[in-house]
Amino acid sequence: MAAPFKGITVLEYAGFVAGPYCGRLLADLGAEVVKIEAPGAGDPARGYGPFPGNIPNREKSGLFLHLSLNKRSITVDPSTPSGKELFVKLAAKADVLIEDCSPGRMSDMGLGFAQLQELNQSLIYVSVTPYGQTGPHSVWKAQHINTFHASGEGYTLPGGATYAKFPERPPVAAGAHLGEYDAGLMAASGTVAALYARQIWGIGQHVDISKQEATFGLNRLMFTQSESEGHVVDRTRSYVYGGIFPCNDGYVMLYPREDRQWRALVGIMGNPELAEDERFSARASRIENAGEVNAAISRWTQTLGKDEIYSLVAPSGCPVGLYADSQDLHKSPQLQARKFFREVDHPLAGQLSYPVRPYQFSGLPEEATIAAPLLGQHNNEIFCGQLGLPPAELAELRRAGVV
Amino acid sequence: MTAKSNPNRTALSGVRVLDLTNLLAGPFPSLLLALLGAEVIKIESEAQLDAARRPPYAYDDPDASPVFNTINLNKLSVQLNLKEPEAIRLVHGLVSISDAVVENMRPGVMDRLGLGYQQLGKINPTLVFASITGAGGTGPESSYPGYAPAFNALSGLGHLTGYPDGPPGELHDSIDCRVGATAAFAILSGLFHRLRTGEGQFIDLSSRESIAMFTGEALMDFSMNGNGAGNGTTSIRRGNRSPGMAPHGCYPCKGQDAWVTIAVSDDTEWQAFCGAIGHPEWISEPEFRDSSLRQKNQETLDLLIGDWTQTKSPNEATKLLQSAGVAAAPSMTRPDLANDPHLIARGAWQRLEHPVLGRQTVQGPPWILSETPASIHSPSPLLGQHNEYVLQGLLGASKAELAEWLDAGVLN
Repeated sequence: MAAPFKGITVLEYAGFVAGPYCGRLLADLGAEVVKIEAPGAGDPARGYGPFPGNIPNREKSGLFLHLSLNKRSITVDPSTPSGKELFVKLAAKADVLIEDCSPGRMSDMGLGFAQLQELNQSLIYVSVTPYGQTGPHSVWKAQHINTFHASGEGYTLPGGATYAKFPERPPVAAGAHLGEYDAGLMAASGTVAALYARQIWGIGQHVDISKQEATFGLNRLMFTQSESEGHVVDRTRSYVYGGIFPCNDGYVMLYPREDRQWRALVGIMGNPELAEDERFSARASRIENAGEVNAAISRWTQTLGKDEIYSLVAPSGCPVGLYADSQDLHKSPQLQARKFFREVDHPLAGQLSYPVRPYQFSGLPEEATIAAPLLGQHNNEIFCGQLGLPPAELAELRRAGVV
Repeated sequence: MTAKSNPNRTALSGVRVLDLTNLLAGPFPSLLLALLGAEVIKIESEAQLDAARRPPYAYDDPDASPVFNTINLNKLSVQLNLKEPEAIRLVHGLVSISDAVVENMRPGVMDRLGLGYQQLGKINPTLVFASITGAGGTGPESSYPGYAPAFNALSGLGHLTGYPDGPPGELHDSIDCRVGATAAFAILSGLFHRLRTGEGQFIDLSSRESIAMFTGEALMDFSMNGNGAGNGTTSIRRGNRSPGMAPHGCYPCKGQDAWVTIAVSDDTEWQAFCGAIGHPEWISEPEFRDSSLRQKNQETLDLLIGDWTQTKSPNEATKLLQSAGVAAAPSMTRPDLANDPHLIARGAWQRLEHPVLGRQTVQGPPWILSETPASIHSPSPLLGQHNEYVLQGLLGASKAELAEWLDAGVLN
């Protein structure tokens, strides 16, 4: 069997996390993704890091390397006439274009959806921006912190355990640029939906993704429940009992919601008598005596390490998680068994371990993972090889800073 | 012809999905498929009610759950008690006329019921079968049940959210939807492959891995530098700060627990910011002269900015800063979002009538598709609302058979 997107060509004129995550999800399942980067600086993710030894180098940024696996890179400045011409030639043949410019900017350059659709009726044009293409806030400037807080989820974080310690501190955006990934993921499903539609209806279309709405849409249970119960969820939100507990090398999450889970947990804790104790035996009484429940659990967790607690409790079916850092993830026997990480060699960054795919498709062929491209690595291949540009002209464009 | 004049033209026209899911991580991807036009048939039963139809989401009436409604819009419901062999036979019948199955039962349950991929893939070799579990279908921890707060912890996301000197962040149900959104992408990819080649397949999705994908910058820090435990700038939680930008934070405003977020990415924005808040003299302040100095003196800077933000509401501060070209947005609450003119203008909130709950406000589709719009056409189904359509209409059963199944507890 072939990969799902074998033969689908994607132009990725997008940087940092959101658009590139969309591109990466498609590339991992076989799409031929070409990054169109700004000559000189390239994708802003190249400047972000982390870098080996903390020494900045645009070919060694961890964020960029992660998001650019299986892609190729060309450099073009489409705001110049000859750059625009190259861009248009590529878009005329592409199946998908992912872009993340401020709304209106692409049209100003002659590269808007309507303009490119005239050349390529079946083009799927995916725009990923902070607040979408329409509406009064579409012109707003934003970084991740802004859209994440505008989604409504920021106001609910980091949660009750932090609030108990630092009630005066502000709510926070989730770490690791989570909201950018939310948008990239939603853009990817929108893209595939549009590819599906093209296959049955023969049409291209514009897919408009708002980062604010991507994260907002993932919080529907919380918003609906708080609305129907008439309260506002904020960063004091926590578990009535259970939740985060300190252990001797970090934190664990324990949530013995059901009676059977509580009985299992206290057995493992060496306090089976607590299962019979009327103050804790039913969920309602555990809620009533939450302070004592938590104190008992905490006394136990503090004597142990997070790995130990996890391996003791998880098989019992009581909800438990160790708060993993990157090292814990790399060392996890479960992730190793599923080959979640793969070693990939990059010409400058060397051999590194990368997270590959969170799902396994029974029909996906085993193919090598290709390291992130160097800036403009595929200029010759694509401009001369695919578009037929004479090498002398490419050299000319390079001198002019267009490529 | 435009999409508006052809409302039948949806992205997933003709796609039928069987939904054997519960609560959120499974129902969310089938919701997304239903918004895109797929016919999603939820197989459910009074004997094993969906958790979103039970307390704390609904008490006396399983049809009176606003939460169930919001995550099961556009779907159909058929009541089949999977403990009954006859019900399993009927599911097999549905499998033979469906394109995809999505399930998030506890590991092993589908196999025990005779509904695993081994069995269903034989009935319909072109089936796209997505199994959503906590840890994935293989590996030493595959039998552990999964819970959203646990994946938040196990995926590394909790470790990266919050303050460096405080406990990790507590992300709740949104984590399930993130798993579900990943599953939706995977199922769509499988369906697209099937459409082009006629080949079905099994998709084994791990919730923990779905969330861990988002922590790539920290995972790469460990790969490169061994900074797993938090020495690197990207591998530990850092509140509202971000390397390379200052000011960058969430600041107190006028009003009860009201906050505005501000991010200044370069010197031009810094100058615009100082001008907008009436402190042009900060531009020449040596402590704040460039980005690295502003980052170094961020605590002082944050206090000074807080003095200004406290004189404004989040909306006032946002408007002022946006008009000067500075990135700002309120930290929005549920009521803020409900009244947000932008979200309303984009259809991010929609109203519909539910037969039991009455008028409900729900969130719109997360994409705007110009030619095959995703849309909400129906509220969530009542339990068993589509028994006749599914069993008589699709499977060709008789009225008498339905009555018999009802009596025998197959349909309940």
